[in-house]
Amino acid sequence: MAVANTETEKVDVKYSQVPKKKSAKIIQSFIRDYQLWLMILPAIIVIFIFNYIPMYGVQLAFREYDFTKGITGGEWVGLHYFKQFIDSYMFADLMKNTIVISLATIIFGFPAPIILAIIINQVVWKRWKKAIQTTVYLPHFISLVVMVGMINVLLSPNSGVVGHIVSSLGFDINLLASESAFVPVYVLSDIWQHAGWNSIIYLAALASVDTQLYDSAKIDGASRWQVIRYVDIPAIVPTMIILFILSMGNILNTGFEKIFLMQNPLNLPVSEVIATYVYKIGIISNQFSYSAAIGLFNTLINFIFLILMNYIAKKASNISLW
Amino acid sequence: MRLFSKKGKTTSDLIFDIFIFILCIFIFLIIAYPLYFIVIASVSDSTLVATGKVTLYPKGFSLFGYTEIFQDSRIWIGYRNTIIYTVVGTAVNLLLTLPAAYVLSRKEFKARRYLMFFFVFTMFFNGGLIPTYLLMKEVNLINNMWVFIIPFSVNVFNLIITRTFFESSLPKELFEAAQMDGCSHFQFFGKIALPLSKAVISVIGLYYLVGHWNDFFTGLIYIRDYSLQPLQIVLRDILLSNQVFSEGAGSGGAAGGYAQRYADQIKYGVIIVSTLPILIIYPFIQKYFDKGVMIGSVKG
Repeated sequence: MAVANTETEKVDVKYSQVPKKKSAKIIQSFIRDYQLWLMILPAIIVIFIFNYIPMYGVQLAFREYDFTKGITGGEWVGLHYFKQFIDSYMFADLMKNTIVISLATIIFGFPAPIILAIIINQVVWKRWKKAIQTTVYLPHFISLVVMVGMINVLLSPNSGVVGHIVSSLGFDINLLASESAFVPVYVLSDIWQHAGWNSIIYLAALASVDTQLYDSAKIDGASRWQVIRYVDIPAIVPTMIILFILSMGNILNTGFEKIFLMQNPLNLPVSEVIATYVYKIGIISNQFSYSAAIGLFNTLINFIFLILMNYIAKKASNISLW
Repeated sequence: MRLFSKKGKTTSDLIFDIFIFILCIFIFLIIAYPLYFIVIASVSDSTLVATGKVTLYPKGFSLFGYTEIFQDSRIWIGYRNTIIYTVVGTAVNLLLTLPAAYVLSRKEFKARRYLMFFFVFTMFFNGGLIPTYLLMKEVNLINNMWVFIIPFSVNVFNLIITRTFFESSLPKELFEAAQMDGCSHFQFFGKIALPLSKAVISVIGLYYLVGHWNDFFTGLIYIRDYSLQPLQIVLRDILLSNQVFSEGAGSGGAAGGYAQRYADQIKYGVIIVSTLPILIIYPFIQKYFDKGVMIGSVKG
């Protein structure tokens, strides 16, 4: 019965033009939509507790952590920990490693799914296309632990199949232990694992191209290559720009887990990044305030990059996130 | 060959097609061969694998790796924990995400835009590891199995995908018609929206499920007790803590020891055993992928 009442109320609100006080209106809308509020409330609570309360806890970066007084009770020290980080001997290396790894991931990892999607889109035979898609999506579902485990067994210089190939080509290099191999191994394995999956979004964009465009290109005598150049690529440019902005917003967010798992004492000089350092300083050695400051520094730079790239894209192409 | 359509082909187009075909074979092999190699290596004689004799098919058939794995209780405890976390976790995920996405898809719901911002903001800004860790400590989720299930039970990306799907598949007229017949939001959601949304439920269900199955971070940060650790932490110990470097100096030249070879065979087996459940589900859900991601891409 309550349901029926709220429904009639809804009709009243909608169609009677009687002016009402604002607060009364808000309360009434809560009553009218109480079912909707009940349905979204659990999600709001979870997000509020586990995402917004830690944002409030960010002030820890400006305070001395005192475990008797909690996150917000410590003494205010301002930018002390940020200064400490910027002055620390680790700062230059951490920034350099983080930027090198994420730039390499963007430069080589970003075009890979685009090229792959264009190639797959050219395949005419349906079943072969399906078989390729199924195969290239698959590695995306392998866990990072297993992925790094695979890298270790396949690239091992003594017993791995890739290790054997590399040494038979005459290179004397241990792909797992040398500093110069870390970034290439990281980036290439990342492309191997995710390029297929990331191509789905481009394939979807290509699938939505108006077939009349292909027909008229054919009538104009365009070669296959010209069709790609003048029909396919323009069709995916908006998607490319959006994804590029998003990836620039993550410039300092190198995946923690994979790097952490790939780290070993021999590649540490090039593999220690901000995310792994935050973990080691904070969780392992309990320097909470210092670690929180480094984490916040990272988040802020990402945020600035995101806004900057979005601004540039908006000016240049009129495409933006918001 | 039906690979190439016959009509209206110039020579250059034909060359192009052949080029594409070769490229596809190449891509296919690069992705598929490492996976195939791990399968055959896991059932081959470890000495033959280590010396590079096993390339195209298993040689010196041996189930040594698997028998070792079946005797290792760590793996089974990890397996059991991960199954519990995955099943309960995915159920909670769907229970929270689907109704929330439905609400956000109702255009007549006034608060919708503000709530959307409330959710999307968390994609771009977060408190970071340490404040989150201290919060977990405060609410007693450290060393507690619920840390796998409650804290990140709403993934905003999946929420947006689902919302966009509801928006496009449940037109306003449908709800209005149902409303005329006295249908409430609860009834509409349960009896009309959900049955019409199998595709998106499968897709985000799979995303959540794989996320739980592959979750390594939560166990690493928030769990101390080994009996609560998920499979991925156990895998890390087996696959990575016994790294190539553990056998000695670590420089590459030394010949792999006898023990290392057996360890490698166990590793190949562990990779298969731990990934099998995902591989079994994959073909069933795969047909929804294109659809699922396309929905999400409409509005970011």
